[in-house]
Amino acid sequence: MAAVTAEQPHHVERREVESVVIRFAGDSGDGVQITGSQFTDTTALAGNDLATFPDFPAEIRAPAGTTFGVSAFQINFGARSIATAGDAPDVLVAFNPAALKVCLPDIYPGGLVIVDTGTFGARNLEKAGYTSNPLEDGTLKKYRALKIDISKLTLEAVKDMGLTSKEGLRCKNFWTLGLVYWLYGRSRKSTVEWLERRFANRPEIAKANVAALNAGHAFAETAEMPGEISAYVVPPAPLAPGIYRNITGTDAMAWGLLAGTQLAEVKAVFCSYPITPASSLLHALANLKHYDVVTFQAEDEIAAACSAIGASYGGALGITSSSGPGVALKGEAIGLAISAELPLIVVNAQRAGPSTGMPTKTEQSDLYQAVFGRNADSPVAVLAARSPSDCFEVGIEAVRIATKYMTPVIVLTDGYIVNAAEPWRIPDMEAYAPFPVTFRTDPEGFQPFLRDPETLSRPWVKPGTPELMHRIGGIEKSYATGHISYDPANHQKMTEVRAAKINGIAKDIPLQTVEDGTEGGRLAVVGWGSTYGPISRAVSLLRAEGLDVSHIHLRHLWPLPRNLGDLLRKFDRILVPEMNHGQLVTLLRAEYLVPAEGLNQISGKPFKISTIEAAIREQLEK
Amino acid sequence: MTVQQAPAALTAKDLTSDQEVRWCPGCGDYAIIKGVRSALAEIGTPRERTVFVSGIGCAARFPYYMATYGFHTIHGRAPAIATGLKLANPELDIWVVTGDGDCLSIGGNHTLHVIRRNVDVNVLLFNNAIYGLTKGQYSPTSRVGTKSPSTPLGSIDNPVSATEFALGCGARFVARSVDTLQKHLPEVLKRAHAHKGASFVEIFQNCIVYNDGAFAQFTDRAVAADTQVHVEHGKPVLFGKDNDKGIRLNTRTLKLEVVKPGENGVSLDDILVHDETNKVLATLLAHMQPPAFPVALGVLYCEDGPEYTTAVYDQVAAAKAKKKAVPMDELLHSGHTWRVGI
Repeated sequence: MAAVTAEQPHHVERREVESVVIRFAGDSGDGVQITGSQFTDTTALAGNDLATFPDFPAEIRAPAGTTFGVSAFQINFGARSIATAGDAPDVLVAFNPAALKVCLPDIYPGGLVIVDTGTFGARNLEKAGYTSNPLEDGTLKKYRALKIDISKLTLEAVKDMGLTSKEGLRCKNFWTLGLVYWLYGRSRKSTVEWLERRFANRPEIAKANVAALNAGHAFAETAEMPGEISAYVVPPAPLAPGIYRNITGTDAMAWGLLAGTQLAEVKAVFCSYPITPASSLLHALANLKHYDVVTFQAEDEIAAACSAIGASYGGALGITSSSGPGVALKGEAIGLAISAELPLIVVNAQRAGPSTGMPTKTEQSDLYQAVFGRNADSPVAVLAARSPSDCFEVGIEAVRIATKYMTPVIVLTDGYIVNAAEPWRIPDMEAYAPFPVTFRTDPEGFQPFLRDPETLSRPWVKPGTPELMHRIGGIEKSYATGHISYDPANHQKMTEVRAAKINGIAKDIPLQTVEDGTEGGRLAVVGWGSTYGPISRAVSLLRAEGLDVSHIHLRHLWPLPRNLGDLLRKFDRILVPEMNHGQLVTLLRAEYLVPAEGLNQISGKPFKISTIEAAIREQLEK
Repeated sequence: MTVQQAPAALTAKDLTSDQEVRWCPGCGDYAIIKGVRSALAEIGTPRERTVFVSGIGCAARFPYYMATYGFHTIHGRAPAIATGLKLANPELDIWVVTGDGDCLSIGGNHTLHVIRRNVDVNVLLFNNAIYGLTKGQYSPTSRVGTKSPSTPLGSIDNPVSATEFALGCGARFVARSVDTLQKHLPEVLKRAHAHKGASFVEIFQNCIVYNDGAFAQFTDRAVAADTQVHVEHGKPVLFGKDNDKGIRLNTRTLKLEVVKPGENGVSLDDILVHDETNKVLATLLAHMQPPAFPVALGVLYCEDGPEYTTAVYDQVAAAKAKKKAVPMDELLHSGHTWRVGI
């Protein structure tokens, strides 16, 4: 197999940089996501911290060459802690004119723009909406442009390898990757190994892609690069000692749910209906059948929630997942689980809405839906993951709360978190205390709704248990017996105890801590979910400047940590950045009567660090 | 596994819960629950392994009156909840009790899918062709012209045939009975229980308050013999007081016709012999309607096929045989990892 040669090439002067943001962009079919994930793996192995942002078009295979068919993958990597996928790319790799058209406005002036000139024919220019050729009309004046006929060079690199010219052209992403690897002094080894594994059944394809990778690398190494284009080195980041891996939010959630059910010693039954961007969790869990995980693709969202509830009634842990529109359909069923007091986990990978909205774009606008979005007084526990790897912890915590309190738990992730990857220091499972569930089997004094005085949760009984036959349902039930009851005082009591049970979870979750900064001061920036990255970076940069600002980040959104009100009152001002029109800010104002103010971005994209920095400065100038 | 105890003989009384039954006096549901209890007593599954799951409607109160496990859920969703329950514990005997609105209107989608997946549950459709609990609106099985609070000038949409729908969904067990047929109904229920896979049983049920006599055309004792045909596998499809009428297939038109053996050159050999594994025949029988035809009761169709939860667990077993479930720690370390500072 084509070996990687010349890993120690002739000496190259490399400029050291602290962090770099690269965006690969092209047609859906250009292999952009594969290029990005290969670059990510290699970068992680080189010891950098990193964060990624895969940005898919809504269409699976949009017409080639169109702006709405552009697929992009952005990676921010550095010699320091990396919190976000980066505000603006330093480097753009544009595989066609449409990608250039869509991405160029985001690139830093002076940034490096690598284009495949082979795709800049009249037809593609027209499809991208260019009236003149941007490679020639001065469009790229502000940037350092590297114009290469990548298509042609790729075909030359793979000729005589028995591929059709269409197949050969598909190797151009690896040619480009080779070039970018050279720019940042990266090893090709892991990508070569990956290609050989991936195309084990079609060695000629593996061989051609490796040849393209090597050719791109050699081109960069030997070609007369324009003077302003240098080679770089991004030294390793000072990460905490440990064993690391890359992980996406989806995989972390799948493993977290599995780990949680193992700690709870309960069987997982995962019932879902395909919806973007949540489906990948169903795929991930469908591959864990050897762990006794049962997955079920239901006929619709309602059936997904209902079958999960049926599984919980049967003594397994029913889990369902969706995105906002699907969770809306599950609303009545979630109410049933609240009323019947059965454990249930609902994972919501939030996306831009309302209605269909922008399915492939991220948002965190389902907080109201999670906390309040059902008929009647119907409290549930709500958790949110802050980053891809945090999904593991949140998955475990959701299982703990659902089984201990016999309640639905809604877990909020979002389109960014589920698709993005980050290096993760692999935790030691020994550090997690098991929380095995108990099923009631003793008939002595049994009543289906007689509560544990501590947790207020009712006993969990598996159908099949002798002498405990009983009936439950969504009709209001008598306090202990569970028999149908329309008694007015009983309904009051039941409504209050359902609320008290959920509020009581606050005694069983950690006190809210300050992520970065002091427990009081001029300004608290309060976030939840995937705004963690940009808020933490903005706050740490401004604290380094000496500004009095602290970062508080919530995992438990309902019930809220019991000290949160007191903590917030120790700050003069509270800023709540959210990718919605102001939901947590309303919740905090309602709960604690504090003068929290919102910073609201509803663009389908994650916050830029600079946006949050600017808002913090503005608050501190008030 | 639980240790199987010697089964004590179950009685209908053992299956009766302590809850006061709240159906209207004279409701067909009383007769049905009697038939169900008597069938279950004969089947003899320990009460703790039997679960009744229902949606919403008059029929859906059923679980409260059975001394088994029971889950009264939400409108139309009982098949989905039963599917999840069966996935969690395939050992349970699960009965879904549903009405015509629950099963064929709001829950039509779930009915379709529980049937086509062939999940081993018994679906009992109490068809009274009316919405009772919401006070008398017409239902998806009401005849055209049904006057109700929501259709004061008569309903204008065509009713659905429950059994033809079930057959169209790929049902492998389809049967029919009548609330008051206290000998027939338990036998049909026992057959439904014995069938491994989704069993669909339509029970014509009289709503004495909002749709009294909706099926009188063929359930009235005075006319029953001439308007019902009780089909049995391997037996000729004969009916009438003296079994003097039969059903013949006209091979030229591919239509059924009512004939009298001994008249017009028709012999007993011309009469169809019921074959419950013949889906085409089942569909023709399900389609028969009075007054031109008798209503076919009994097991119209029964044919074994792969059951869903069994297949699910076969896949789990195959996955386990193929791939070792390494401890969580090892799983987290699988694939690309790298070491920092240790």
